[in-house]
Amino acid sequence: MSVVGHSPPPFFKRGPAPLARLFFFVSLSIALLVADLRFHTLEWARLGAATLLWPLQRAAYLPVDAGMDLGGYLSSLRRLKDDNDALRKQQLATANLLLRQTHLDQENQRLRALLDMKERQPAVGQVAEILYAARDPFSRRVIMNKGLQAGVEAGQAVVDELGVIGQVTRVLPMTSEVTLLTDKDQAIPVEVRRNGLRGILAGAGSGAMELRFMPANADVQAGDLLTTSGLDGIYLPGLPVAKVIGIERDNSMAFAHVACEPVAGVERNGLVLVLGRRIAPDRPEEDVRAPEPPTKGKQSRARTR
Amino acid sequence: MQPTHSSRRILLPVKGWFILLTLVGATLANLVPLGRLPLLPDWVALTLTFWCIREPLRVSMGTAFVLGLIMDIADASIMGQHALAYVLLAFTAGQLSRRILWFPLFEQALHVFPMLLGTQLIMLIVRLIAGAEFPGLSWFIGSLVGAALWHPVTYLLLLPQYQPVERDDNRPI
Repeated sequence: MSVVGHSPPPFFKRGPAPLARLFFFVSLSIALLVADLRFHTLEWARLGAATLLWPLQRAAYLPVDAGMDLGGYLSSLRRLKDDNDALRKQQLATANLLLRQTHLDQENQRLRALLDMKERQPAVGQVAEILYAARDPFSRRVIMNKGLQAGVEAGQAVVDELGVIGQVTRVLPMTSEVTLLTDKDQAIPVEVRRNGLRGILAGAGSGAMELRFMPANADVQAGDLLTTSGLDGIYLPGLPVAKVIGIERDNSMAFAHVACEPVAGVERNGLVLVLGRRIAPDRPEEDVRAPEPPTKGKQSRARTR
Repeated sequence: MQPTHSSRRILLPVKGWFILLTLVGATLANLVPLGRLPLLPDWVALTLTFWCIREPLRVSMGTAFVLGLIMDIADASIMGQHALAYVLLAFTAGQLSRRILWFPLFEQALHVFPMLLGTQLIMLIVRLIAGAEFPGLSWFIGSLVGAALWHPVTYLLLLPQYQPVERDDNRPI
């Protein structure tokens, strides 16, 4: 048996007993788990370590990258031409809308000014590319190629050409993690486009989503489009999110089970748009008193002047 | 002497840098972003088990803990999830190393399979307590593939120790 190796057996310095070491490392791991899960105190350590790991990750990504490049190079001229034609047709089809967009925006602004409403926030964003899905099998996250260096912040919404796909949840120097809408911990406030009914959409695992806490008699139909309601202060209102695919109304349950599927290519990789951080509208004052009589109000205003 | 895999064969001493190189290589293999292919084994766990069985005095729980932290950060999972599982794996492998090395390679793989499966189960329990979704039974195929790869992995990782004592310049390996 050559278990001990070929060096002379170490009689004296063996360190602590294995059980003692096991106890030490296990308690250290559990302490880390609790610190990360309960108190979220390890983000800075993670940021530093991830920066050090970045070259290794980049090196591991190289073969996949090269393979994709090769695949792109070998894709036939024919397909590229077809793609080009399709895109040109699509551009022509949407040109009508695009040309009138500026005009409509201005008109909308004027009308909103007339109605004395707050102006809509302009949507700005930057294009990023989804590199790969995170290896963690327990959550649905993807890694994007823009990070702290590009000014991405945690909390920003990520959309593709069809609708919302998720939200930036962790930012590293070169990359950032996007939690997809189908993740079990991800929720998004939505409204039914047809009738403005509000609700909360959450991931249900295995690529599906569920509209939670809908009363059994709520006016939701299969095929309804759900859009962001904008009440959360994070997502801009009106972005398409999901489509209702089936409703199960059970009298024994207080809520209906509304199954949805995402509109956007949530589980596909490609180019995405990271929407700029939205400035949340001011919340109304909590203790609004009954309006004072007008004369008194005028007096007090005069006094402050 | 013919290269045999029985533990009775006298091997050259292992070099420290080779252990480090294989562990870094396994980490790199784990980092290759292939998405959620369920067939891929956890290379780090496999290599770690191998060295914990072969060299229990050099590679044990400390190495496992550091590797676990690296995988936690690279995988974007909870800090301590891999670390806890790998430390327990290294402890089990170290305790069983004297027993396992008596067996031929196929029966060694039968020992390694429950260890790899246990590592996955610990991670599963930790994440389910934290409220994650169940990844599906296909995720556990990874440890089956890992155990099936025990034979080639053993051969590969022991290759530098098979060199004869008298150096023969005409020998290819």
